[in-house]
Amino acid sequence: MDCNHVFDFKVKRLIVVVALLSAFLSIRSSAYAQTDSLAAVAGNEVPSTEVHAEGAGHGAPGGEEKFEPTKVIVEHIADSHMWHMWGETSIPLPVIVYTANGGLDLFSSAHFHHGKEDYKGAVNTYRLVEDKVKVVGADGKIDEAASASLIDISITKNVAAMFVSVVVILLVFISAAGAYKRRTGKGPRGIQSIVEPFIVFVRDDIARPNIGHKYAKFMPYLLTIFFFIWINNMLGLIPIFPGGANVTGNIALTLVLSVATLIIVNLNGNKHYWKHIFFPDVPFWLWPLMVVVEVVGVISKPFALMIRLFANITAGHIIVLSLISLIFIFKTMAIAPVSIAFVLFMDVLELLVAFLQAFIFTLLTALFIGMAVDEHH
Amino acid sequence: MELVTPSIGIIFWTVIAFVFLLILLRIFAWKPILEAIREREQSIDDALNQAELAKVEMSRLTAQNEELMKSARAERDLILKEAKTLKDNIVNEAKTQAHNEGVKLIEKARIEIDNQKKAALAELKDQVSTLSIEIAERVLRGQLSDKAKQQDLVANLLKEVELN
Repeated sequence: MDCNHVFDFKVKRLIVVVALLSAFLSIRSSAYAQTDSLAAVAGNEVPSTEVHAEGAGHGAPGGEEKFEPTKVIVEHIADSHMWHMWGETSIPLPVIVYTANGGLDLFSSAHFHHGKEDYKGAVNTYRLVEDKVKVVGADGKIDEAASASLIDISITKNVAAMFVSVVVILLVFISAAGAYKRRTGKGPRGIQSIVEPFIVFVRDDIARPNIGHKYAKFMPYLLTIFFFIWINNMLGLIPIFPGGANVTGNIALTLVLSVATLIIVNLNGNKHYWKHIFFPDVPFWLWPLMVVVEVVGVISKPFALMIRLFANITAGHIIVLSLISLIFIFKTMAIAPVSIAFVLFMDVLELLVAFLQAFIFTLLTALFIGMAVDEHH
Repeated sequence: MELVTPSIGIIFWTVIAFVFLLILLRIFAWKPILEAIREREQSIDDALNQAELAKVEMSRLTAQNEELMKSARAERDLILKEAKTLKDNIVNEAKTQAHNEGVKLIEKARIEIDNQKKAALAELKDQVSTLSIEIAERVLRGQLSDKAKQQDLVANLLKEVELN
């Protein structure tokens, strides 16, 4: 696997170094967040717009509840059937559940009243337990068997945020395409000037050097994942509605993207690629070992993509929330300026990471495609 | 563990949203945008190539002009030289001719003068002779009226004849 050209340019090398550094920082910080939560002492919740803006202020208004940073952070990082806005205000989202015994049920999550009430749907009665939809049996207790068979395809917060980003992406790029049609043969202007450098960047610095002359076929996919990841990353950094959801830090989404890459790479693999996997250039007695290694390699490459994106974005969200949580852990406003300063720094870093992760995901996808379609072996 | 457990709902909707996005963008965004960028780059390339060609053509033309100028200058010099020679010739010829003409005129004039002189002399002689004859006649007439004087005259004439 020849990855040298990834490090061809100083800029790229720098980017890689910064990426590794930020990944390292993020991982460390998430570890700290965990220990912090363990060490956290009981404390009153100080009202702060900052926390509400981060969508993390789920503390009870009574002020006597124990503040648990882990709970707050995981609540934000994880998915939800509500889109929390501020204080007690949330946007209810549609719940769509399928159970083996009866079929599909569709209702608003407002019926749960934040998990305080059950909802009797057309098929079953449902209850929200720790933001999970469970089936309630006739005896008023949770029916574990039915709950296990329940398939929840609700429009959750992450799904809704993803739809928002899809709409944003479609609006931006279809209007840009309109501008290109209107101004044929002229220089870029307005929205074109914004999107064109990135499109050309994906083409000239990601697709062309890694895939070679067959790059044109893969451009739509590469551009789509690049902008999909990037715009979702950026929307995730906005603390208020419609941003703030941890869309690209969700393992299900990164799983889908990496499986898409896996499929595209392997569907386009030529005979050299398959020969390299099943008949590698090693002594025959090494074949059983090498074939296993190569097949694992096929899976592990997109798997690494999945973990990398998920971990980076999640870690970024965790560190920002951990810094905000410091205010509540120390129970003083005095720490707020320090927290805010660090959050500002992290947000700027996350802005870089948002681009970087989109870039790395796209670059590695292009690299894998390039290895699959390469003719000279 | 919940964080690293992919939920089926998000997978389901992500697949739908992503495929939808991919197809729509492919048809309505990437195709026209990439096509437009490619066309623009092509036209810029063409323009640059043409500029390069024009530059070569221009330098060729300049060289040609230079050549033309040079030959024109040479031709001009030649023409000037020829003209000068011609002028010199003409002037020389004119001079020669004028000189010849002058000489001829002078000659003519001299001949004329000579002729006139001769004529004048002849006339003068004529007149002198007539006059002298008349004078001689008168003198003779006067002399001949006196015998002595006639004799003297004859004697003198004879003397003169002898002297001659």
